[in-house]
Amino acid sequence: MSKVSTVKGFTAARRQFVVRSALAGGGLALGLYWPAARAAGTSSAARAELRTALGGDFGTQAEGAEVNVWVVVQPDDHCVIRIARSEMGQGTLTGLAQLVAEELQCDWSKVKTEFPTPGQSLARKRAWGEMGTGGSRGIRTSEDYVRRGGAAARIMLCQAAAKRWSVPVGEVSAIKGVVHHSASGRTARYGDLATEAAALPAPDLKSIKLKSPLDWTIAGQPLKRLDTGPKVNGSKVFALDLVLPGMLFAAIKDCPVFGGKLVRYDESMIRARRGVKKVVRVGDSAVAVVADSWWRAKSALADLPIEWDDAAFRDRSSETIARQMQEGLSASSNVFVYRDEGDAAAALARASVRIDADYSTPFLAHATMEPMNCTARVTAERAEAWVPTQNGEGSHAALSEATGLPLDRCEIYKMDPGGGFGRRGGNQDYVRQAALIARQMPGIPIKMIWSREDDMQHDFYRPISQCRLSAGLSASGELLALQVRLAGQSINAFVSPGLVADGKDERQLQGWYEKPGDAQLGYTVPNLRVEYAMRNTHVPVGPWRGVNTNQNAVYMECFMEELARAAKVDSVEFRRRMMGNHPKHRAVLDAVALKAGWGKPLPAGVHRGIAQFMGYGSYSAAVAEVSIGADGLVKVHRLVFAIDCGHAVNPQQIEAQVQGSVAYGLTAAFYGECTIEQGRVVQSNFHDYPILRLAQMPVVETMIVPSLDFWGGVGEPTICVAAPAVLNAIFAATGKPVRSLPLRKLSLA
Amino acid sequence: MIKLTVNGTVRAVDVENDTPLLWVLREQIGLTGTKYGCGIAQCGACSVHVNGEVRRSCSIPVGSIKPADRIVTIEGLSATASHPVQRAWDELDVPQCGYCQSGQIMAAAALLAHKPHPSDQDIDQAMTNICRCGTYQRIRAAVKLAAARRAGVAS
Repeated sequence: MSKVSTVKGFTAARRQFVVRSALAGGGLALGLYWPAARAAGTSSAARAELRTALGGDFGTQAEGAEVNVWVVVQPDDHCVIRIARSEMGQGTLTGLAQLVAEELQCDWSKVKTEFPTPGQSLARKRAWGEMGTGGSRGIRTSEDYVRRGGAAARIMLCQAAAKRWSVPVGEVSAIKGVVHHSASGRTARYGDLATEAAALPAPDLKSIKLKSPLDWTIAGQPLKRLDTGPKVNGSKVFALDLVLPGMLFAAIKDCPVFGGKLVRYDESMIRARRGVKKVVRVGDSAVAVVADSWWRAKSALADLPIEWDDAAFRDRSSETIARQMQEGLSASSNVFVYRDEGDAAAALARASVRIDADYSTPFLAHATMEPMNCTARVTAERAEAWVPTQNGEGSHAALSEATGLPLDRCEIYKMDPGGGFGRRGGNQDYVRQAALIARQMPGIPIKMIWSREDDMQHDFYRPISQCRLSAGLSASGELLALQVRLAGQSINAFVSPGLVADGKDERQLQGWYEKPGDAQLGYTVPNLRVEYAMRNTHVPVGPWRGVNTNQNAVYMECFMEELARAAKVDSVEFRRRMMGNHPKHRAVLDAVALKAGWGKPLPAGVHRGIAQFMGYGSYSAAVAEVSIGADGLVKVHRLVFAIDCGHAVNPQQIEAQVQGSVAYGLTAAFYGECTIEQGRVVQSNFHDYPILRLAQMPVVETMIVPSLDFWGGVGEPTICVAAPAVLNAIFAATGKPVRSLPLRKLSLA
Repeated sequence: MIKLTVNGTVRAVDVENDTPLLWVLREQIGLTGTKYGCGIAQCGACSVHVNGEVRRSCSIPVGSIKPADRIVTIEGLSATASHPVQRAWDELDVPQCGYCQSGQIMAAAALLAHKPHPSDQDIDQAMTNICRCGTYQRIRAAVKLAAARRAGVAS
């Protein structure tokens, strides 16, 4: 083997890596850990045994020459592109492969992909960088180094050809997986050059000149996804589908009241049940039944008598939590003043018109289609887990923590999640639980599956919040002053308390930022005060597609609509007057107004609403067309979007993400609410936590207006404007602003 | 032992009568293309065909199924993903995460078997499965594409 790593400061023959990592990982002890098998030889029988032991192909194990960490070239010219981020439907897999392939100049029809494992990355000094996928960062924070990886591989393949032909490297060029020397007419295929290329020193990554996006032929194109095939014939193996030899199944019950503890359970009631193998305590708040099928485990668990200690938070309810938020709206202490420009209070006092409004949004569950699950196999020497994860390294850390084994004796096999939306990122509770169960049955693979009810009632919810807005308008309808007081729960305080000191949590104020780059306020207001009153509850919270921009966009953009109407100024014009310093915000607003025919006559009974917002590094605007029937049923006929995400790597996948953000955002606006009674979440399944279905899905039109001078996100930005645009159209139809979600008195037709 | 006819093959399974068909398909027979989503017949991720009708297998006790009942899962819809619905799904890149799509495809295939030329209203009424990724717009387009293809094949 002559594979060479090009990680900065780290060059080692692949064989050494294989041997070292196998030893470090305790793979020899287990005898099945793949690098050990690779080191021992790669007979087809050994590989088949390995596949069975692991339930599939995992990690970097494609045959071929590893030109660098991102690119393996196979003798038949297939290029295997390594993808570090998770693919949970958002299309990052295809987009990242397009970026590498663009610089590699390979044949797109011969591209394959594979995911390095967190253990492999660790063994190679984090050669693949960050693996987490959240905050719409999959492409925007790795585009540079993956493109350089592709370019470096192309340069090495060209150098190998030049060396072979004894010509200056400047005389050769690569097109579609073939290196050409035009002077002599010679050509060589990548598959033929790869072994020689892999033996060459890597070029200096920093000095590589990347292609201008204007010259892209693979990136920037609406190419089909690389991962569709197995998703239409049932052959795709999700974590829930994994089968391992000797596997057992676990059903788990966690204390229904957050923060409660498990006191005792009486396993004599179920111990003799058919298929039941063991009943185990999981941490200090849960119990699990392990059986020979999940259905038997779940059925037995339902009959297990369990006693909880849930006294600490049993008195909490939606009412007590709402009072907590309301206190935050008017509190004079424990308040973080984030922006204070001009003198908002004085300007409000002298304004011709003053408008005040309180808005609120509830806790929300993610309800990914694939419920939380994880398969773990733990011995005294080694732990492995098969995880539908958005954050492979986070899963790795959780497995190590739960088993007490060091990271280099733990491995995570990343499974493509059946939906993520933030649930499977920062909070790795389900990995911890599976590991704690598997620890108690050493060597046996345990697949732990949550029921939908477990999933709905043990989520990390979108934080609850309320917002009090006060504005002063001049006699001519200009916004003189704006005061914003947000009161709500902090994600950081729950997930990363170290990031929050004295309640100064800017993350909860996404969209109100002064600084450019991520979630900048698009309006210039002469007297502006933005405050946050952190008010935390006992309910666990976490990232949720578009937090906290989707709550803040409802507050900001619905209030702006109230102001425009009070000022008797057209909704677009009212906003534009304040956007002179924010041309990118204004450009998407203008684009969507034009595309949607803003100001043009509508059919009788149809009303429009508009919203703009910046989140996750991208600029979005939307126009909704809505009608309301006599029965109160809202029909959303059409939603038109403009998004400037800087660069558009795969336009048809951006379109799919925009459509997806509409389904997710309107589900929240119309239906979404988790209420609390006696300390626990009331909603348990889709009958009381309804989801928008096909019949309610509006026609979505997407206009991508990339300005080509920055890299923004795609998965989340447009969800911020979907709901406010619709709510503003409802306002136009009814004359009454919508200030509290979900829409209780109106439902979708 | 309970006898089932799944994708044309007779299977004998040793399970309790009240075990949902979904879990028998997944855990005893190994057909994992049919998914668990809610367990209460709300989401449709578990949709299969029973005697040509689309049914939510999470809520069918296996003991209620007769040996002669014809059960078809996503794996049995076609041998090579060549069913017009599967081809349309592939061509339009309908799936995002893909988890609900077996059920969506089974629902669409049943719709077209009964109504070769569905109206938008027919699609609204038949396609009630939940997709959290929000692929509904492409699902609608793919049902129409598959219908057009079937018509083309028939003529």
